Amino acid sequence: MKGTYEQPGQATGGKEESKRFSTVSDLEIKSLYTPEDIKDSDYEADIGHPGSYPFTRGCQPDMYRGRLWTFRMFSGFGSAEDTNKRYHKLLDEGETGLSVAFDFPTLMGYDSDSPRAHAEIGKCGVAIDTLFDYGVLFNKIPLDKVTTSQTINPPASITWAMHLALADKQGVPWDKIGGTIQNDMLKEFVAQKTFMLPLEPSIKIVSDTIEFGTQYVPRWNTVSISGYHIREAGSTAVQELAFTLADGIAYVQDVIERKKMDVDAFAPRLSFFFDSHIDFFEEIAKVRAARRIWARVMKERFKARDPRSWWMRFHSQTAGCSLTAQQPLNNIVRVAVQALAMTLGGTQSLHTDSFDETLALPSDQAVTVALRTQQIIADETGIINTIDPLAGSYFVEALTNEMEEKALEYIEKIDKMGGMLAAIEQGFPQMEISEAAYNYQKQVDRGDKVLVGVNKYISEEETPIETLKIDEKLEEKQIKCVQEVRRTRDNRTVARTLNELRQACKDDKNVMPYVIEAVRAYATEQEICDVYREVYGEYRDPGFY
Amino acid sequence: MEHQTKLRVLVAKPGLDGHDRGVKIIARAFRDTGYEVIYTGVHQTPEQIVSAAIQEDVDLIGLSCLSGAHLFLFNEVVRQLIEQDAGDIIVIGGGIIPEEDITRLKGAGIKEIFLPGTSLDEILKWVEENVKPLSQRGGSK
Amino acid sequence: MTVELVNRILEGDVRTAARLMRGIEDGAADAFGEMADLYPHTGKAYIVGITGAPGGGKSTLVDTLITTFRQRDMTLGVVAIDPTSPFTGGAILGDRVRMQKHSTDSGVFIRSVATRGWLGGLARAAVSIIHIMDAMGKDIILVETVGIGQQEVDVTRLADTSIFVLTPGSGDAIQMMKAGILEVADIFVVNKADLEGASRSKMELQAMLGMKSGACEEWEPSVLLTEAVNNIGIEELVDEILKHQAFLVSGEGMEKRRKERARLELTEAIESSLKDYIDSNVDKAFLEKLVDDLVQRRTNPQAAASQIIGKSIKR
Ligand SMILES: Nc1nc2c(ncn2[C@@H]2O[C@H](COP(=O)(O)OP(=O)(O)OP(=O)(O)O)[C@@H](O)[C@H]2O)c(=O)[nH]1
Ligand SMILES: [Mg+2]
Repeated sequence: MKGTYEQPGQATGGKEESKRFSTVSDLEIKSLYTPEDIKDSDYEADIGHPGSYPFTRGCQPDMYRGRLWTFRMFSGFGSAEDTNKRYHKLLDEGETGLSVAFDFPTLMGYDSDSPRAHAEIGKCGVAIDTLFDYGVLFNKIPLDKVTTSQTINPPASITWAMHLALADKQGVPWDKIGGTIQNDMLKEFVAQKTFMLPLEPSIKIVSDTIEFGTQYVPRWNTVSISGYHIREAGSTAVQELAFTLADGIAYVQDVIERKKMDVDAFAPRLSFFFDSHIDFFEEIAKVRAARRIWARVMKERFKARDPRSWWMRFHSQTAGCSLTAQQPLNNIVRVAVQALAMTLGGTQSLHTDSFDETLALPSDQAVTVALRTQQIIADETGIINTIDPLAGSYFVEALTNEMEEKALEYIEKIDKMGGMLAAIEQGFPQMEISEAAYNYQKQVDRGDKVLVGVNKYISEEETPIETLKIDEKLEEKQIKCVQEVRRTRDNRTVARTLNELRQACKDDKNVMPYVIEAVRAYATEQEICDVYREVYGEYRDPGFY
Repeated sequence: MEHQTKLRVLVAKPGLDGHDRGVKIIARAFRDTGYEVIYTGVHQTPEQIVSAAIQEDVDLIGLSCLSGAHLFLFNEVVRQLIEQDAGDIIVIGGGIIPEEDITRLKGAGIKEIFLPGTSLDEILKWVEENVKPLSQRGGSK
Repeated sequence: MTVELVNRILEGDVRTAARLMRGIEDGAADAFGEMADLYPHTGKAYIVGITGAPGGGKSTLVDTLITTFRQRDMTLGVVAIDPTSPFTGGAILGDRVRMQKHSTDSGVFIRSVATRGWLGGLARAAVSIIHIMDAMGKDIILVETVGIGQQEVDVTRLADTSIFVLTPGSGDAIQMMKAGILEVADIFVVNKADLEGASRSKMELQAMLGMKSGACEEWEPSVLLTEAVNNIGIEELVDEILKHQAFLVSGEGMEKRRKERARLELTEAIESSLKDYIDSNVDKAFLEKLVDDLVQRRTNPQAAASQIIGKSIKR
């Protein structure tokens, strides 16, 4: 059996080699992979059984046979009332976890009546100004029965505080609620650019929430370290992998240094979030490599002893940026392939995009198809029967190794720059991503990368599809609502709690207890953010290109 | 010293969304075409965009908005330009913009809207054909 | 209509001023006439040059300087110069984004300028843009250029106060010494003082400045530490700039600098007028013949030049 394996290109005189075959991230792929390509891999040390270090094959020994991934559909639009209705519908249809999309004013820490909020209210998510809105959002949804994911970053401490305050109102103890706040500020500076405070206070507040969660809300994931947005900003798969892990390293480092916490005390609650792009095997290799690198980083670099600290658990979402506005029904197929990749890659939870997302907010019908896609994969295809079925494939293992190698090169480079914060200050990841995005666009323009319906198989006639519109009256209604809350609440308590928060910020205390008190008193999101801004200053886009 | 007339372009992101993938690609493409490009970063107000455009004497403003607030924000930029006697600066936009909004935007004075999937070449060609340096258009005064 | 135009600029009209700047950059014929009419109204602003290696934090520093000068009730013009790509002729002018929060302050006028292949560093366009801001009544004009080389020495010839920005442990100082910048800068700033090695860089620089013997200028260039991102050390920098200004005004320094600048402008004007004149008046065939003669070694460049200039002037 041993020997060298010829590449077909060599055998055929290299005719097919004139065309370059590469992934969507422009990683070159060979025509054939053989045992030669993975001869240096050791099953025990590098791959490992599912549930065993280094977890290349998955975190759990039984994977989906034990428990399916969570079907978690990101949704939110318009008013809290509208969104609540959709939540009930999704739960009725078999969704197992909620995921809140907030509108831009909420994401940026502005109330609905701020001049900066004009025309943005309820557009890309739900508008939440106070605990009142949050209560409406979760009307008749018991917080101990469903887990909730909040996709929000700079004001995550505030919306999480709302969740905790609402749990109190529902009489649910904090150790019975589960969920996630995205709360990953580093990737905001790197990619999504929803930022509010400078780097240092931003990461300080993230560490505050990690500390608070560890102590009081043990089932909560206080940060979802996200590659999704990095990829959507145009990075390659390797960059997504590398920068996400570098962000993760920075958080762990910060909590250890700032909070003097033992790594095993908090690391098991760290969770990740990846994009599932269209290049099937590259995506699978990416998440397998991610698990392996993280396990090694945690064990070797941070000396974690608890195996749960070594696990990388992740949520995933199909790639919004891979969908096309042209021939939108094709997106259903893209989403299915991407969802399949993540389930073969061992995701813990999954959001599938709606096919009409590139046109506007998803319609009910499109959301249902997206959810059904997951259900078909889970219940019909049989992929859940066995764990990590692709392990041992020469190609998949070799690609996993290659992704790991290339990601480690980046991480080393970032370490040399003084870590991820320093790298971000210098604009390094930002500029790498811009470069990759530009290169990809040029490849698409040249036709080197195909987008069906966009640069190939173009059809003249487009079928119009139904999309959801946000009622323009919503803005007025939401403004009235927040102003009404301000009028009827006890403004002395609000002022007192905000002052206490201000002092806590200045004294460098954990902000969480103070934010919860302010939220309870019906302080608005912006009022709390304004305290942050006042004490910590504001971050402005350095515009790295 | 030989003098050359060069197109000056401002690319800007009004509003609260931070998705700057598109504007940065366009900024690079304009640069590589030989234009002088000013990028002002994300989260800009129409006031900031207009005053930067006037101080920099640009010929073209490219706006990108993915938050759905394009109608207000794009129109506001054009309105303020006109108010400040700079209505001759051409404004184009990009983003996820429904058909009926395109008509309204064009009615308000936005010269062209580019939707997702548009190639760089198409955009560059449009600019080449439709934007001349203000100095060659015989200025506003 | 230049009177009207001049008046509008004197009143601070941004649109008119910005258009004229563009005319100068693009070489529009009437722009130079307009500049001539504006010239008598210039010479009031105080010009501060800021230069240093790429990425040293100059724009961030300018941003904080704007804030501080504004707090002291002074108006500002900013000329931010970035290189044009030699390959495409285009440029992304990236300084402004760091100062963008001042965009809507009517007391601040920021203009990004691409070098468009000027060889001599700050050329006519930049000087004219400074003049226009000056005529608009800006109290302080900050000029940011990038690089540590001979071109940047030219900036100092334009400015009343020249600031050189370096960063800890970058080895910029050695470069500066080679380029002769140590001799011409008035204030040195070690920015990013939050990084390791700042005080060492400061000491090294001070030692080098101490070595500089024989310079009989009485002004002793100082070395300041700043953290532009954290707004630290900026008040002190502004104080130092104003101190230098007071020093120049009290002695003959100001007079000397302005003369130097006028001389520079005159030389520039002579050179470019001569070149323009030759370009448009000298017979191309005659020029070609001289080139051939040179190739054949029938003449030498000096003699050929005399022939052209002699011919031009005689005309
Ligand atoms: N650590 C640290 N970083 C700083 C400081 N000042 C600026 N920076 C960072 O340095 C980088 C470059 O800043 P700029 O202000 O663009 O520098 P510049 O010298 O104008 O750059 P060019 O115009 O491109 O030559 C940015 O990432 C700034 O945030 C500082 O005091 N400390
Ligand atoms: Mg700069």
